[in-house]
Amino acid sequence: MKSAEVQFEKVTAKTFPKGPDSLAPGHRACQGCGEVLALRLMVKALGLDFMAVSATGCMEVCTSPFPQSAWRMPWIHVAFENAAAVAGGVDAGNVIRRRKGKMPDRRIPVVAFAGDGGTADIGLQALSGALERYHENLVYVCLDNEAYMNTGIQRSSATPFGASTTTSPAGKVSKGQNTWKKNMPAIAAAHNIPYVATASPAYHLDMMNKIRRAAAIPGPAYLHVYAPCPTGWRMKSELAVESARLAVKSRVFPLYEVIDGRYILNQKVDEPVPLGDYLKPQGRFRHLSEQDIALISERVNREYEHLAKLAETFSEPSF
Amino acid sequence: MSAPKGKSDSARAIGLEVSLAIAEAVKLAEAEVVAAYPITPQTHIVEHLSELVANGELTAEYVPVESEQSAMSACIGAAAAGARTFTSTSSQGLLLMAEMLYIASILRLPIVMAMVNRAISGPINIWNDHSDAMSVRDCGWIQVFAETGQEAVDLTIMSFRIAEDPGVLLPLIVNLDGFTLSHFIEPVILPEAAEVRRFLPPYETAHKLDIQNPLSLGALGGPEIYTEARRALDLALTGAKPRIQRVFDDFAKVFGRQYKLVETYRTEGAETILVTMGSISETAMTAVDEMREAGQKVGLVRLRLWRPFPVEEFRAAVAGAKNLAVIDRAMILGFPEGPVATEIRALLYHEKNRPHMTNFILGLGGRDVPRSHFKHIVERVRELGASGRQGRYELVGVLE
Ligand SMILES: Cc1ncc(C[n+]2csc(CCOP(=O)(O)OP(=O)(O)O)c2C)c(N)n1
Ligand code: SF4
Ligand SMILES: [Mg+2]
Repeated sequence: MKSAEVQFEKVTAKTFPKGPDSLAPGHRACQGCGEVLALRLMVKALGLDFMAVSATGCMEVCTSPFPQSAWRMPWIHVAFENAAAVAGGVDAGNVIRRRKGKMPDRRIPVVAFAGDGGTADIGLQALSGALERYHENLVYVCLDNEAYMNTGIQRSSATPFGASTTTSPAGKVSKGQNTWKKNMPAIAAAHNIPYVATASPAYHLDMMNKIRRAAAIPGPAYLHVYAPCPTGWRMKSELAVESARLAVKSRVFPLYEVIDGRYILNQKVDEPVPLGDYLKPQGRFRHLSEQDIALISERVNREYEHLAKLAETFSEPSF
Repeated sequence: MSAPKGKSDSARAIGLEVSLAIAEAVKLAEAEVVAAYPITPQTHIVEHLSELVANGELTAEYVPVESEQSAMSACIGAAAAGARTFTSTSSQGLLLMAEMLYIASILRLPIVMAMVNRAISGPINIWNDHSDAMSVRDCGWIQVFAETGQEAVDLTIMSFRIAEDPGVLLPLIVNLDGFTLSHFIEPVILPEAAEVRRFLPPYETAHKLDIQNPLSLGALGGPEIYTEARRALDLALTGAKPRIQRVFDDFAKVFGRQYKLVETYRTEGAETILVTMGSISETAMTAVDEMREAGQKVGLVRLRLWRPFPVEEFRAAVAGAKNLAVIDRAMILGFPEGPVATEIRALLYHEKNRPHMTNFILGLGGRDVPRSHFKHIVERVRELGASGRQGRYELVGVLE
């Protein structure tokens, strides 16, 4: 069966999951944290019938100071660089126990959550290995707040060009981050896995359905989730959702899916809002000149056009 | 333990967070390549270094690698290319670079690393102890422990001189306690740039990748050579000891602060001696003062040099003591004593007049170490010494 045909129960405003969240309130994320919002909505969509693996990072630290835990389903944290490998192991354990009749005979999604640092940098090798090995029930979620927030806002390879962080500071001879954001969804898609998608907490139903689809499709899935971080982006704490929406509307973070190699652009942005509307409320971009913004805008548009072309060209599954 | 004095007296001490002071020391040393990966509590060092590079105050390549394994790999590459190289890490980051540490030393590359000591997972914990340092005890690097901010700065500058000494050519770790030292604001004298340059000339070496003089680094060493290669490394490390002291002495001549491999504090006539490493020695000295005032014959010996172990200096420092209380900030799981105590007991085994010795383990994962701990320890080691009992380690400040 083609992955696109795999059925799952859709989340709508009417069927929005009720009942206790799998992520309990009382965690210790910062006020207005977009990352914990995205995490909570995703695990809400999954209910209690899955297992989670966290990489070290903000979401792990803020949900698990002993003797408390915010997780109501089975959860494990091992280290920073290996969430994908640990999740692959959990899946292997579940698979064999299920095969031997030691577990009920049904699929248990194993969902790994890692930050952009834990995904695009230190965890990339483990992720590539896990995707290539094609763990049947693996869903990998990158929560992308575009820097190492847990350790104090250091740059990662997912930090956008021009952003000032504590290890890519803007200074007399520096404009901040001097490299372009690594294209993680494309790297995941290059593994020819059945499902890759981007998602945003500003489009929460879309995001919740994407993780449901990711869990329903047999074979590994990769979700790249935009996770605004008021603390690290140096913006007002009420702006997380707004900035996530502007990121989509300015073409900075397009929403799309790759299902069996078929590209679907979920939100066409024919008339993008000016890039400055997105950048300016964020202190990390404060030092950029109009010229710098024009340079970034040019790149953002080119990347968006490239994606639109992919969606046009690969409109049928390719494997 | 020796007060700043001498030529640089005129230089004013400034209040500076120790992490930033270390970054400034790296700048003074004109490090050429910094490859590092953030981890608490090391972050302030590398953040300040990125700032210095971003502002053009330090002309260096800052390589923001994607993991510690790559940090140490890049340092090895940079040092092999002949550049003066610095990095810094802690705990989990150190464990991830462990494979490369062993290779850096056999390649004889003079990399300098500030290790901001933090407990190892698990449970995951970002606070201070020495379990990270002890986990790489045998990696072939020179290893020193700093007690104060000034010492951390001075050791950083001296480290490059020691490591790059053609008679040494070994990588070097400067250990400093996470938070309790790294994040404290201390009065620090930053040496004059010109004086540092005189003390530490630019790094030039023939031991590098060079088109004109091609070397192969990292060759295979089979059964016919492996033993000799390991012995050569051990001899290099052991043989570095007098050269380290010589650099300390040269430093004193220029900057007026004299360091020794092993420091002693009020050990004259001491019946009981505490043995410490790192910043808790400050607290221990205060406790020693108080006990001395109360008429107790107590002193302190602090290991500044950990690798190569200063065997003779240590023996001399504790000679005559009746009781030794050796303090560890890490455990050896499955063995009756901690790593420092184990080594010291082994060293003293052949002594005719061995002191009684007990191992005390404390301050794990950031657990506070107040002065009262040292008083308790002194009482306890005397008691055990008098009764002739010899047991396993004792935990101080543990919840039962
Ligand atoms: C091997 C290792 N290196 C470094 C660290 C320190 N560390 C913990 S979390 C973290 C950054 C996490 O960044 P990211 O993955 O983007 O997640 P965020 O906190 O931003 O959500 C770092 C550098 C570690 N725990 N282990
Ligand atoms: S630092 Fe950012 S990502 Fe981390 S908890 Fe705070 S707001 Fe959330
Ligand atoms: Mg992040």
